[in-house]
Amino acid sequence: MKFLSVLILCLLIMPVHAAKVETGDPQVDAVFEALIGSNFAEKASALKQLAASDHPQRFELIEGIFDGRLRLHKKSKRLVWAEKQGRKYLATDALSGEQLGEFKKRKLKKVSINNKLRGVIKGIIATRDLDSEDPALRLKSVQAMLANPSPDQVDTLIPRLEKETDPQVRSAMQLVLSLANLGADDPSERLKAVDGVSDSLESAVRQKLGEMAVSDPDVTVKKAAASALRKIEDRVDLFGHIETLFFGLSLGSVLVLAAIGLAITFGVMGVINMAHGELIMLGAYTTYLIQQLMPESAGLSLLLSIPAAFMVSGLVGIGIERGVIRFLYGRPLETLLATFGISLILQQLVRTLVSPQNVPVSNPEFMSGFLQINSVLSLTYNRLYIILFCMLVFVALFMILKRTRLGLQVRAVSQNRAMARAMGVHSSRVDALTFGLGSGIAGVAGVALSQLTNVGPNLGQAYIVDSFMVVVFGGVGNLWGTLVGGLSLGIANKFMEPWAGAVMAKILILVIVILFIQKRPRGLFPQKGRAAEG
Amino acid sequence: MKLATRMRKLALAVSAVSALSVSAAVQAADTIKVGILHSLSGTMAISETTLKDTMLMLIEEQNKKGGLLGKKLEPVVVDPASDWPLFAEKTRELISKDGVDAIFGCWTSVSRKSVLPVVEELKVPLFYPVQYEGEESSKYVYYTGAAPNQQAIPAVDYLMDQGVKRWVLAGTDYVYPRTTNKILEAYLKGKGVAADDIMINYTPFGHSDWQSIVADIKKFGAAGKKTAVVSTINGDANVPFYKELGNQGVTADAIPVVAFSVGEEELSGIDTKPLVGHLAAWNYFMSVDAEVNEEFIEAWQKFIKSEDRVTNDPMEAHYIGFNMWIEAVKKAGTTDPEAVSDAIVGVTVPNLSGGVSAMMPNHHITKPVLIGEIQEDGQFEIVWQTSGLVAGDAWSDFLPGSKDLIASWRAPLSCGNYNVKTAKCSGQNY
Repeated sequence: MKFLSVLILCLLIMPVHAAKVETGDPQVDAVFEALIGSNFAEKASALKQLAASDHPQRFELIEGIFDGRLRLHKKSKRLVWAEKQGRKYLATDALSGEQLGEFKKRKLKKVSINNKLRGVIKGIIATRDLDSEDPALRLKSVQAMLANPSPDQVDTLIPRLEKETDPQVRSAMQLVLSLANLGADDPSERLKAVDGVSDSLESAVRQKLGEMAVSDPDVTVKKAAASALRKIEDRVDLFGHIETLFFGLSLGSVLVLAAIGLAITFGVMGVINMAHGELIMLGAYTTYLIQQLMPESAGLSLLLSIPAAFMVSGLVGIGIERGVIRFLYGRPLETLLATFGISLILQQLVRTLVSPQNVPVSNPEFMSGFLQINSVLSLTYNRLYIILFCMLVFVALFMILKRTRLGLQVRAVSQNRAMARAMGVHSSRVDALTFGLGSGIAGVAGVALSQLTNVGPNLGQAYIVDSFMVVVFGGVGNLWGTLVGGLSLGIANKFMEPWAGAVMAKILILVIVILFIQKRPRGLFPQKGRAAEG
Repeated sequence: MKLATRMRKLALAVSAVSALSVSAAVQAADTIKVGILHSLSGTMAISETTLKDTMLMLIEEQNKKGGLLGKKLEPVVVDPASDWPLFAEKTRELISKDGVDAIFGCWTSVSRKSVLPVVEELKVPLFYPVQYEGEESSKYVYYTGAAPNQQAIPAVDYLMDQGVKRWVLAGTDYVYPRTTNKILEAYLKGKGVAADDIMINYTPFGHSDWQSIVADIKKFGAAGKKTAVVSTINGDANVPFYKELGNQGVTADAIPVVAFSVGEEELSGIDTKPLVGHLAAWNYFMSVDAEVNEEFIEAWQKFIKSEDRVTNDPMEAHYIGFNMWIEAVKKAGTTDPEAVSDAIVGVTVPNLSGGVSAMMPNHHITKPVLIGEIQEDGQFEIVWQTSGLVAGDAWSDFLPGSKDLIASWRAPLSCGNYNVKTAKCSGQNY
């Protein structure tokens, strides 16, 4: 009771609004009182106030708010830089640089921002970058202006254009000024501006030209805008097709990687291996395990996973061949059933030994982000690398089959087994090694897939049907057939996706393959040879 | 063997078996069985496994408090493996073979729709903890997750306030996204949004190639009007979706994505740095500042023996649903589903954001609505919330077929879809 009355007394004596921020700098205090609060509109004006002030650390502080490094230490009411160290944060005073020690997350309050405020901050940083020493930053900030055009940009840019030396930045600035001039009063100015923007693919330009082509009072300008817009839209469509082609190639390369191992085992031995998907899955899990062993270098672990996955899946493949398939040659239905059973065993093995849930495989730095070709075409790095990787794997496999002794023996056995044996080729050993090679390639495909999709025990199930489809379409046993078949199916799928939807596009692809097989049952590039089965 | 010895051996065996079975029966009568029906493998395991663990924790805590009606609670866990028909089979197994008195489970609406006929036939209550599309109210289901008016509509209102004029409705291809998008489309058109400004897109479960769709979203958003994506994508397809958004540079201040089925658990496996600012709408976030929440998180992390595990909205829904069931059983004095159904309406229990939640006659509960933005550490920063609680509305006011319907399982209505205009109960519950 006594404690309660003391408490009430204290509360009455205390001022109604206790200051939450006391950095020692009254300018900063005033701004951050608003920023620590919960009213987002007040925060926006406080940010603009800070940006417009002449405080030497203003941009540092604003960037700190953006990336969450700037926090308020509730107890001492000072602004600190918070560096994560294990479970705690190392706090350094933002204005004086004094080390304050380690604190738990709860003791340091973040300045909470929402998307609108992020946009405001990006605008502030872009305005600052306009005068940066680095031409790349200047270019980025001018390009940000193109994305959000506004009339006051003209006044900001004209003095800077005269001083600008970098040609890329100059042309970007001129584009912004032309865009603004599209709204000029004098029709000849507008005409000049239309000419000035006719090379640009920016959406802001297309929008403005679209408005002018419909409602501009001057007829010449209207016609010019319409024809410029048409030319631009043709170019945009072209780049759109190139982008779809890229998507198709990347989907196709995934299909090729998954199917190429099957093309060899199916082609050489006529064995229908239903466990092929699980061999892919084992390769993906090998990537996960190696990443667990070296968690800090995702790139190196990825490179090491390639030979490791080849070994793991290859050995499992040889094991399956020696242990089960060898006894079932000439009996395709039994092989199908047996390998289906093996696939179930492998799935359950992974579920029991690792986890029934998906496992996280992280992408190395060089595989994130995108390569910007122009404002309508950007290619993601992970897909670019997968396409390259697929080509490398294809070339490697091609070399093995055409230039090595094993390759020669594999081709001999697949074309005419009896004759090859008569020539002294140990066909059962070749079978085991071929199966191992095909399975190893499946493992390598698993490494690639681990970067694109979820890695779980059911990964193989998602790719087994696609693999068989590509092999049947391309021609059994033929590498070129698999490559051409896989890439063309991927491209066809991606071109159909925009108007049919993901599900329908897949269905149409399957229907096309079925119809194609009716006409050419042996696929695109069937195997040649006198004793090859017709 | 001599007949006498054989008889003696037989008598010994019979008595041993009967002794064991009597004790087993006594054991069985001493526990109340609770069924846990969540996918522990397959495409939905990413979301549902943690709910199984939550139920185990709640049951353990209740047993420490003395159990229920003097008996211990016994959890019975099954794995329906993201296979919808298997959900129905497992439900039948839980009820007929294991004799559970209540089931806590399901995530996808298709799994719930598979289970619905079984619980209605065998009359055992299902507590369903996940947000869903509405258009349903069953006597034997308690919907502790959000109805569209407790999640989808407030989220769209928030985005409209932020100036969004063009909408992409992207969902997984099954009943929940399809129905929710129907409701949202009607709602948006009612607010004056043109059909050209709405793009709707569906993908199968587990879809992993998001290149074209994300590129289409970018193109749709480049028409000069502020665009947002409303995502009803479920399960592990979210992981490659968010990765692709990050890779193609779709940042939240340009085109924000608000998700209804992505919470702390789904984000715990991905790098959330490129996703900062994207949103989710729920009725609870792990970052809610309330003492009861801090206690819950501590107890959970101690139970699961890991400081890295997170809590999320469906876990809170199970917390609320389980406590409501305990209260109702205590009130009714029995676990009989009819008695529980009468006793549970009006039961009020605390929620984890410092307030309370009440069970309504339509078998939905009252919840606050929170909108949060993804942070770098996979947590959500709350940027907006309702000042009070919103009562769940089973039948959407924005669809012509359900505008005039209400649900109330209290006497005298006792009907899941009562038409107020024609004063008739259509009787069809699912």
